[in-house]
Amino acid sequence: MRILLFLLKKEFKQIFRNKSLLPMILVAPIIQLLILPLAADYEVKNINISIVDHDHSTYSQKLVSEITASGYFRLADYGSSFNDAYKQIENDKSDLVLEIPHGFEREMVRENSQALFIAVNAINGIKASLAGAYLNQIISSYNEEIRLEWMQPERSNQSPIITVTSSNWFNPHMDYHFFMVPGILVVLVTMISTYMCALNIVKEKEVGTIEQINVTPIKKYQFILGKLIPFWIIGMIIFSVGLFIVARLVFGIVPVGNILLLYAFLAVYLIALLGFGLLISTYSETQQQAMSIAFFFIMIFMLMSGLFTSIDSMPTWAYYIAKCSPVTYFIEVVRMIVLKGSGSADIYYHFLIIIGFAIFLNAWAILNYKKTS
Amino acid sequence: MKQFLSFVRKEFYHVFRDRKTLLMLFGLPIVQILLFGFALTNEVKNAKIVVCDYAKDQASQQIINSLEAGGQFEVQENLLSHREIEKAFRKENVKLAIVFPANFNRDLLHLNEAQIQIIADASDPNSANALTNYATAIIMDYQQELMHSRKIPYTIVTETRMLYNPELKGATNFVPGVMALVLMLICVMMTAVSIVREKETGTMEILLVSPFNPLLVILSKAVPYLFLSLINLTVILLLSVTLLELPINGSLFLLFAESTLLIITALSLGLLISNVAKSQQTAMLISLMGLMLPTMLFTGFMFPIENMPYPLQLLSNIVPSKWYYIIVKSIMIKGLGFSAIWKETLILAGMTCFFLIVSIQKFKIRLI
Repeated sequence: MRILLFLLKKEFKQIFRNKSLLPMILVAPIIQLLILPLAADYEVKNINISIVDHDHSTYSQKLVSEITASGYFRLADYGSSFNDAYKQIENDKSDLVLEIPHGFEREMVRENSQALFIAVNAINGIKASLAGAYLNQIISSYNEEIRLEWMQPERSNQSPIITVTSSNWFNPHMDYHFFMVPGILVVLVTMISTYMCALNIVKEKEVGTIEQINVTPIKKYQFILGKLIPFWIIGMIIFSVGLFIVARLVFGIVPVGNILLLYAFLAVYLIALLGFGLLISTYSETQQQAMSIAFFFIMIFMLMSGLFTSIDSMPTWAYYIAKCSPVTYFIEVVRMIVLKGSGSADIYYHFLIIIGFAIFLNAWAILNYKKTS
Repeated sequence: MKQFLSFVRKEFYHVFRDRKTLLMLFGLPIVQILLFGFALTNEVKNAKIVVCDYAKDQASQQIINSLEAGGQFEVQENLLSHREIEKAFRKENVKLAIVFPANFNRDLLHLNEAQIQIIADASDPNSANALTNYATAIIMDYQQELMHSRKIPYTIVTETRMLYNPELKGATNFVPGVMALVLMLICVMMTAVSIVREKETGTMEILLVSPFNPLLVILSKAVPYLFLSLINLTVILLLSVTLLELPINGSLFLLFAESTLLIITALSLGLLISNVAKSQQTAMLISLMGLMLPTMLFTGFMFPIENMPYPLQLLSNIVPSKWYYIIVKSIMIKGLGFSAIWKETLILAGMTCFFLIVSIQKFKIRLI
């Protein structure tokens, strides 16, 4: 026990002495947590539209003003040449072109039907389909208005109508930050603790000081505990600062569920992660190697974790890979507890799996760690 | 010159002897292309939903069947009471609940009016929105079938053409993004770390007291990574052409030239970091924490930059990969020539000069 205390004292001294490392550990995650959720926003707004109006009639004018008044679109250009508008798309000045044909108003009245031409920059497929859908919505409601001008409103009760009412639970204002902030917090804590743990041990290897420790009567488990505990504490601190200061004060996210349950899960999760860091360190000789391996896995963990895209939509093989990463479970649990108020019975299964991860990773790491080289 | 070449050779030995790092260097881009190409989609598929069917009649059954038929929804269970909905949301990954009131079919046929309630788990607002829209569309289709089709006068038809990417593939958007990300991260991190490593292990001291020009010492460190990055770039392009069937529409030469420019920008940024950082840990944390997430987000391939708050849009301008991303999209997908991207090229070149000048000024030939 006394040996462990000495080791801990040594570790903390080393961490606090490094003046450039400490701000990186504490300040960088907080700044990222402040900025990144603002950037990670899928909502499509401010779509730049170029309108090519060959008609210049009252009808086309009215359509243009309906589009600009909708709030989704920003009129980038209003001209009468399609080639000019296409240039705008090439230069990324506008995202879509609406072409109103010559004689739009006249033909509409005469022929009963008219076509509008839309061209969308579809490099970003999601944005393109959404922008197209918005524009079609506006056009069809405009169409309805025109129809009313020409026809008597008919009684609509002749055919069956299904009314669909929808409600949004757990996040009635549809605030995307509620979804992203807990997830990003998990990724930041994961990155910091895994890297720090892996690099710290490899550093002793690279500089050679591990030899000095290996020849002392310090036991294997004491050395490992001495390395794990400081980073466990740092992980806890970062998570708490993120949750209670940034998430609550800045983004107004108040956890609905039981905080103690969340911390219990975090405690086990951090043990699993640090075990992973330890495992990486046992397999690498230099810090560069450790960093590369850690980077490789964390990148995969992060992309597959369901942070950005839902894991249910993945093909089966990818779904199972996602299920093999502890990050996936923690992101799910944080979102469940913080946003939906899930209780211990609801995350029972997640808990068992994360305990399994913790035992498996640590056992593997300890078995693989050798005092003699 | 001969000295320089032998230093470059030394660096190559360093890189090639470290098999694990090398594997990561080449493995990462391949894995990323595979993941982004096949695993990560924003389409909604197999979303788990629950149904609370008080009606249990023909109409409700037909709607449930058509919900399941599309592949977007997977009906988990049929709840008996709407009180169980909240429990289902809390416990499982259920995204949507659909409630049919009692006498649904009778109301629909006799009163010509019936209601369906959709409840979404909006803790993920985007998929909540998308799923609600899908479900509503499926229900509306059903209603359309019930109505006899009539011809409606004064109709505006829209013809929509999707430019550059008619099938709305995700690959068109992210392959340029992955290129930017991989080149940026690997170059910055690797140069920064390999220079600081010599400082940390003490061998830098020896190199600096040698008659060899200290600046060339640093330069020779960058050469292997330039070389490796070009190989990586080739691999990414090959994969995206063969596996993802994404053609390169513009000039391949221009693409490589611009990529080399980005690599040099990244290398000089790595140089700058190595000047500031004293230990490998610091260098890594700066390049990882300071670069990984910001590069992913501010490049613009995951989240459109024009949606961000204005200050962040301004901030995104200092991320070199953003400009490279615009360049690659223009060359690869739109097939444009140099005249369309000279501005972006100039910005990247300017950044490179800036990083180089600052790091040369900060470069000290004495470590203490």
